[in-house]
Amino acid sequence: MFFFFSAIIIVCSILTVTSRKILRAATYLLFVLVSTAGLYFLLRYNFMAAIQLALYAGGIVVLIIFSILLTSHIGDRLPSPGWKKALYAGVVSAFGAVMTLVVILQTNFQATSTNIERTEVRTIGENLLNTGKYGYALPFEVISILLLAVMIGAIVLAKKQEDQSN
Amino acid sequence: MFEGIPITWFLVVSTIMFFVGIFGFLVRKNLITMLMSTELILNSVGINFVAFNRILYPGQLEGMFFTIFIIAVAAAEASIAIAIILNIYRRMKNIDVEKINEMKY
Repeated sequence: MFFFFSAIIIVCSILTVTSRKILRAATYLLFVLVSTAGLYFLLRYNFMAAIQLALYAGGIVVLIIFSILLTSHIGDRLPSPGWKKALYAGVVSAFGAVMTLVVILQTNFQATSTNIERTEVRTIGENLLNTGKYGYALPFEVISILLLAVMIGAIVLAKKQEDQSN
Repeated sequence: MFEGIPITWFLVVSTIMFFVGIFGFLVRKNLITMLMSTELILNSVGINFVAFNRILYPGQLEGMFFTIFIIAVAAAEASIAIAIILNIYRRMKNIDVEKINEMKY
């Protein structure tokens, strides 16, 4: 199961950045995000997987597809990036990937093999609103303020501009 | 299930995804495809956090909370970016980064 999801993730993420049709690229991105939710299910973080499906696959991809439909023509093909640019970008990212993979494969991770129980949503909620040790009340509030600011900002930005002269 | 799968394989998958995102960010010229590459990068970091949390420190929930915050920030970033992109499109009739060469008209 892990290999199935990983194969989908790798193949579809490569297709996402190389596809010449923008709506297809968005669809491949949707496959990547859903397979990531599958990995979270495998790790038995059901709540994380639900958030991933609802927010990423449900929200962000729909937003991206809407903006694609508003800004580009469906039949259009994206221009080819040119071999020089593709070569430089490929060399940079391949170098980074190889370096990171070497470090990862050389590191000896000590897996803890305790009995893993399911994570209760109650525990998550109590931790999120707790101000004591292992409490995440402050980041939670910061994220709330951020979301409020983003809401106001998106409305202000996307609003039709008033005529500046009067 | 994931027993028997070492953490290294999760990290390998997320590393490949991360650098594919970097490649897309460098190569693409359309603003929306660049935004999609950014989503790939953020998503791979989320996989990293969750795998570390579950396999190395299964008793705690830190990685999971960080992933929740990453997803929230990614949603905020996507909505603001799309608002900006729509605004640019309305003024320039174009969302190609190399053709947008003025900030105020």
